[in-house]
Amino acid sequence: MWSFENISQSVDTWLYDTFSPTTAMLIEFLIIAICVIGLFAILGLVLILMERKVSAWMQVRLGPNRVGPGGMFQTVADTLKLIVKEGMTPNNVDRFLFNLAPFIVMIVAMVILAPIMFAKNFQIWDINIGILFITAVSSVSVIGILMAGWASNNKYSLLGAMRSGAQIVSYELSAGLSVLSIVVLTGSLKISDIINSQQNGWWIFKGHIPVIIAFVIFIIAVTAETNRAPFDLAEAESELTAGFHTEYSGMKFALFFLAEYVNVFIVCAIGATLFLGGWMPLHFGTANKFNEVMDYIPSSLWFFGKTFFLIFIIMWFRWTFPRLRIDQLLNLEWKYLLPISMFNLLLVTVIAILKWHF
Amino acid sequence: MRHLYRETQIISINSSTTSPDVEGDLVINVGPQHPATHGVLHLIITLNGETIKKVEPHLGYIHRSIEKMCESLSYRQFIYVTSRMDYLSSHINNHGCAMCVEKGLQIEIPSRAQVIRVLMDELTRLASHQLWWGAMTMDVGALTPFFHAFREREMINDIMEETCGARLTMNYMVPGGVMVDIHPNFQRKVKEFITHFKNKIGEYDELVTGNVIFQNRMKGVGYISKEDAISYGMTGPSARGSGVQCDIRKLYPYEVYDKVQFDEIIETGGDSFARYMVRMKEMRQSLSILEQLIDNIPEGDFQAKTKAVLKLPKGEFYSRIETARGEFGVYIVSEGGTTPYRIKFRSPGFSNLSALDHMARGGKIGDLIAMMGTLDLVIPDIDR
Amino acid sequence: MAFLRDYIKDVFGAVRSSLKGMRLTGYYALHHKKEKITQQYPDNRDELVLPERFRGEVVMLHDENNEHACTGCTACELACPNGTIKIITKFDITPEGKKKKALDTFVYHLELCTMCNLCIVACPTDAIKMAQTFEHSVFDRNKLTKVLNKPGSKIREGIE
Repeated sequence: MWSFENISQSVDTWLYDTFSPTTAMLIEFLIIAICVIGLFAILGLVLILMERKVSAWMQVRLGPNRVGPGGMFQTVADTLKLIVKEGMTPNNVDRFLFNLAPFIVMIVAMVILAPIMFAKNFQIWDINIGILFITAVSSVSVIGILMAGWASNNKYSLLGAMRSGAQIVSYELSAGLSVLSIVVLTGSLKISDIINSQQNGWWIFKGHIPVIIAFVIFIIAVTAETNRAPFDLAEAESELTAGFHTEYSGMKFALFFLAEYVNVFIVCAIGATLFLGGWMPLHFGTANKFNEVMDYIPSSLWFFGKTFFLIFIIMWFRWTFPRLRIDQLLNLEWKYLLPISMFNLLLVTVIAILKWHF
Repeated sequence: MRHLYRETQIISINSSTTSPDVEGDLVINVGPQHPATHGVLHLIITLNGETIKKVEPHLGYIHRSIEKMCESLSYRQFIYVTSRMDYLSSHINNHGCAMCVEKGLQIEIPSRAQVIRVLMDELTRLASHQLWWGAMTMDVGALTPFFHAFREREMINDIMEETCGARLTMNYMVPGGVMVDIHPNFQRKVKEFITHFKNKIGEYDELVTGNVIFQNRMKGVGYISKEDAISYGMTGPSARGSGVQCDIRKLYPYEVYDKVQFDEIIETGGDSFARYMVRMKEMRQSLSILEQLIDNIPEGDFQAKTKAVLKLPKGEFYSRIETARGEFGVYIVSEGGTTPYRIKFRSPGFSNLSALDHMARGGKIGDLIAMMGTLDLVIPDIDR
Repeated sequence: MAFLRDYIKDVFGAVRSSLKGMRLTGYYALHHKKEKITQQYPDNRDELVLPERFRGEVVMLHDENNEHACTGCTACELACPNGTIKIITKFDITPEGKKKKALDTFVYHLELCTMCNLCIVACPTDAIKMAQTFEHSVFDRNKLTKVLNKPGSKIREGIE
């Protein structure tokens, strides 16, 4: 039967039969690299078009609708434009850091993709500290942003990068604590274990109140981590004209732009995995007939459906709320989100010990 | 003489590159091209970290010497230029000029023309406040209300297009009344608009006013006390947010304003949120004035009979009118000829802008943007 | 205790106001086919109907015999604030042998016109009116200086 798991398994066996183990592993690496880059390109295409269409619908207008049927090829046209644009490097920049910054942000986005399960038994690396790996590596992207702001030799970029750095570092705490709530309930950091533990129902239904609180805090914290509105004053157009990536143009700007959207996809994928069950279809504990019907829908469709639902919610936030000021943003984190998530962690531990969840 | 000219030139070059008074302060330019200044406004801000220490506006980027131009235009011709000063309340500006000329000629306006003028004024005030709401929320960061506001403003623009012929710079008021009679569809369309907008204004409050993020952005920001507002000469909704009673429609009623029922909205908060609430409530008051008048337009002439060539007697004449931004004054000095000797326009934005420095000290850049939004500045009005 | 009560009230109030705003934009996102107001401009030129009082540009009315109503009285030229209209007159010989002023060319500078309607109001014979055209862009500025009376046209009988 056609499924990602079967395809990857058969390619794997064919490679190991035909070539020597080292060569087979190297070819596998190459295939994975090409798949990841292809995934990025397609994700960029789809997400940017989705953002423009969703924003247009909320603003009582049509989105892009000229290039291709329903505007499907708008992003292709945009990418072509960005590729042929002149990439100017201003004078007096720190050349090495200026050129390195976009690549760091992209590489972090690519590395985080490794533990995520896209379909049943289909992931690049099932490491036993899956979630910890993701949280740790995503912190490295702050370095890329600060590099971009510093190396641009522009006081606006520096202001924007400093604000952004403070924001990301603060909100990682709340996001981490919400993730910990699920880890406490599951008892393992491994992604496949977390998903398998949701066999009889997603955690958002099984662990009731504390998991719902953790979910809401998670969504708010990751919106702030990816510099999306309403927390986007690092790129606030009406205040600081594009913040830390003001001086970038051409392909480097395209890399920043793409990395932001891929980051949104990744954090929504993590949210879907932890709270909504990843590739696991909707099961209720004992209703076996219902579960069998749900199993007919392929697992990759479940995964992408949940992720795109969360992406829609994050885009919904952007077009509804005004922007927060930097001190209000940090206020929100340190005085509201962090105490609530710490209290929530205690609550979830009590519930896990006493087995008060479904 | 030439030596003096060169000295003044050097001074003006130095003042545009202000050096900070204290070591470590940052001096940045906001504008003249900037998405948040509504027009070409050049602000030089001295910052300490993120806190503002001084704001210096530099004006004149859109000065078109309108007052000088009016000295060569006759009394019928100079009215169209004032549409282009504060283009969002163009009817009201034209009305002010026509009132001043009528004061000089001492002619009576038929009541039908008075009611039509007031209807057009209130529609313009509504349209201006709608655009203010959309643009201000866009500055603060919410990008959706802008489009919703323009959807309602389109209905008003369509009404204007049908009666006056133009959508933004309607040259519709003439000394003596209005230029042409209202279109037969005018009453029906205004009634449709009133019912439509009454539903939508609740949506405005749901989307923006009650939102916790928006309230935190606006409350406590840009405080100015009542005495300071009076001393800076602020008028209009910006001053009424600080408790100053300055609505010209109540203090010196003109046309039919003494015969309609409406409230003068005063808030005592003095901060940006109070100014915001003043304008939102004024929109509702304008709707109620429209409702009261739209069914009661008296029959009669739409223009008083005037001579073909108007000549004001020798003397000085001043008239004031309440635009969407504040008190607009027209001061004509006449030597008895067909063109005025000197015209001076008192623009509301100029005095409101002068209070920006006082309000912005101690706040942050985000606060400055929110403050400029609630002051409702239209730069061509300031720089005539 | 009062601090805790206010804190929780703050949090719930914030969540409730945010959800109200989101409900509105969510409604617009899901009902976008009904609520959108875009007019797809270059495609809908055939259905575009502008009001008859729309001030596009000044045109002179000609009837089917190629006759207009302009007497060359220059009232519009005097009323125009910025010199957009220039009237060139000539002297016609009437059948009685008297000289009468008549219109030779009516020069109209579209690039200077502010569409203020003062000329239309000043005309005593209703010879000119505002047309509803609004697409005036040209590549050559000389095309914007128009002559409004058509070649070979003359004034209708009976107009003073």
